[in-house]
Amino acid sequence: MRTSIGRKGFIGANVAILSLLSFITAYPVLYVLFASLSNPADFLSHQGVLLKPAGFSLAAYKLVFENRMIMSGYLNTIIVVVAGVTTNIIMTSLGAYFLSRKGVLWRNPIMMMIVFTMFFGGGLVPYYLTVTGIGLQNTLLALIIPTAVSTFNLILMRTSFMGIPDEITESATMDGASHLTVLFKIVLPLSMPVVAVMVLYYGVGHWNAWFNAMLFIRDRSLYPLQLVLREILVVNNVDAMLAGTDSFDKGLVSETLKYSVIIVATVPILALYPFLQKYFVKGMMIGALKG
Amino acid sequence: MDTQTRETFWDKAKKDWLRNYSLYLIVSPVILYYIVFHYAPIYGAIIAFKDYLPMKGVLGSPWVGFKHFQDFFESYYFWRVLKNTLVISLTSLVFGFPAPIILALLINEVKKKLFSRFVQTVTYMPHFISLVVVCGLVLDFTRDSGIINAIIGLFGGDKVTMLNHPGYFVPVYVTSEIWQEIGWGSIIYLAAMGSIDPQQYEAATIDGAGRWKQTVHVTLPGIAPTIMILLILKIGGILSVGYEKIILLYNPAIYETADVISTYVYRKGLQEFAWSFSSAVGLFNSTINFVLLLTANWLSRKVNQSSLW
Repeated sequence: MRTSIGRKGFIGANVAILSLLSFITAYPVLYVLFASLSNPADFLSHQGVLLKPAGFSLAAYKLVFENRMIMSGYLNTIIVVVAGVTTNIIMTSLGAYFLSRKGVLWRNPIMMMIVFTMFFGGGLVPYYLTVTGIGLQNTLLALIIPTAVSTFNLILMRTSFMGIPDEITESATMDGASHLTVLFKIVLPLSMPVVAVMVLYYGVGHWNAWFNAMLFIRDRSLYPLQLVLREILVVNNVDAMLAGTDSFDKGLVSETLKYSVIIVATVPILALYPFLQKYFVKGMMIGALKG
Repeated sequence: MDTQTRETFWDKAKKDWLRNYSLYLIVSPVILYYIVFHYAPIYGAIIAFKDYLPMKGVLGSPWVGFKHFQDFFESYYFWRVLKNTLVISLTSLVFGFPAPIILALLINEVKKKLFSRFVQTVTYMPHFISLVVVCGLVLDFTRDSGIINAIIGLFGGDKVTMLNHPGYFVPVYVTSEIWQEIGWGSIIYLAAMGSIDPQQYEAATIDGAGRWKQTVHVTLPGIAPTIMILLILKIGGILSVGYEKIILLYNPAIYETADVISTYVYRKGLQEFAWSFSSAVGLFNSTINFVLLLTANWLSRKVNQSSLW
């Protein structure tokens, strides 16, 4: 097989395009990293493209780790991620187990009732009134219970459970094992890849969520990390965040502070995901090849 | 005859319950969850036809029929939010929908495993960055002293804080959307390409088809069902531009182009406490979305034999 000149040209152009695209995608993150490590005064006078930190200073990071709001936000987020993902996994596997059983009279009506909610909802205000109506407002539970099941993930997990041969679960049932035993001792251990995908999807979801917190959390000590970030990055309310820092530092460091907050808030996920990438991708595949 | 079928149905139901009650017990927390957090709000949406007063509750508040819908249709904001929703949706459909397909086609042509893995890892990354951070970065990069303006300045352009000017909102919104989702969106197409039978390519090569013809005649038809299904979903969601990103990005100076139905619902309902009016707008929106999705799905099944259900 000969490779024509046109073909070679295409391969070269393709590599160039993809390299450029990768650079454009990665650069904003690199910029944030460089800015966060910059000396605030140098950074302020530099303005523009950074290919390395302007000067060097860890002052902004020091401020982040000393800041009570950011640290309590971090803690709240970790609590929500751990409790939330545990709830998610239990609820989703209960639902998926039921929906993957054969010969159950009400299975399909229940399935339809669940899938319908993907395409139609009551809207924001009725949702808000429901959640506050059962008294979840201003508690971390408001960030866990209303998002206990994602329908998309439920269907994904069901698809995966349906791939487990009936003989395995049926023989266990014959031996007198209850459904809960079958689910937790047989089905889940056989589905570890999909459980990993679920943990990741739900975990990233909780880590990045902010909207429910904005709706339901009033007490600033209960703010999750993303809501604190919103104050700093979007509302630009750096002063309130830095109350107690002496004012000279504050003026300058607030320039680089937001970048270091972004790094501190994003690194846990960005550091993990390249290793977990194959699971994410696997999840997409299960979803794509719908059952 | 009728009573007989009913009897056999109840017999069946009874037998099913005796056999499977433990399964129903297992699924009961999930059903409870869906009733409370999905069906209760759907029921609660009847306040769209009432004048909801928190003191009186959903049931006790007086009925007003279609008053709130009428108010919405007759208000100045109706056309504005409808137009903005459509403009944002269509712009991101036109530019955002083909983008991951093109990326997947390009990645598919890369023969070096390592390079293709590198490109994928990098382009997936923004998907994992939180919306708050993405919008914080967009706001920071597009302000007059931000990096994008610094680059524009190098070429002699004027420096403006883009998100204070209505004309910039849609391009900024769509570009950042593509930046965040292009890589992630390409996964599903790469998966579909991976499942194309290699023999088809061999046959095409024997027939003398070059890479370009193989792309047009083998790869694209191979991923067409996937494209179709995602397109149905997109078209079904054409009037459902989400509020989260826009709430983080917009400000009153650009409501003219940035305010969409969902953000209007949010402001009216949860900032101005026009509960019933906001519910009416929301219900109007979700009903239209539902109808659009059904229509798109029906059309696709007719034309293409691929559908969601």
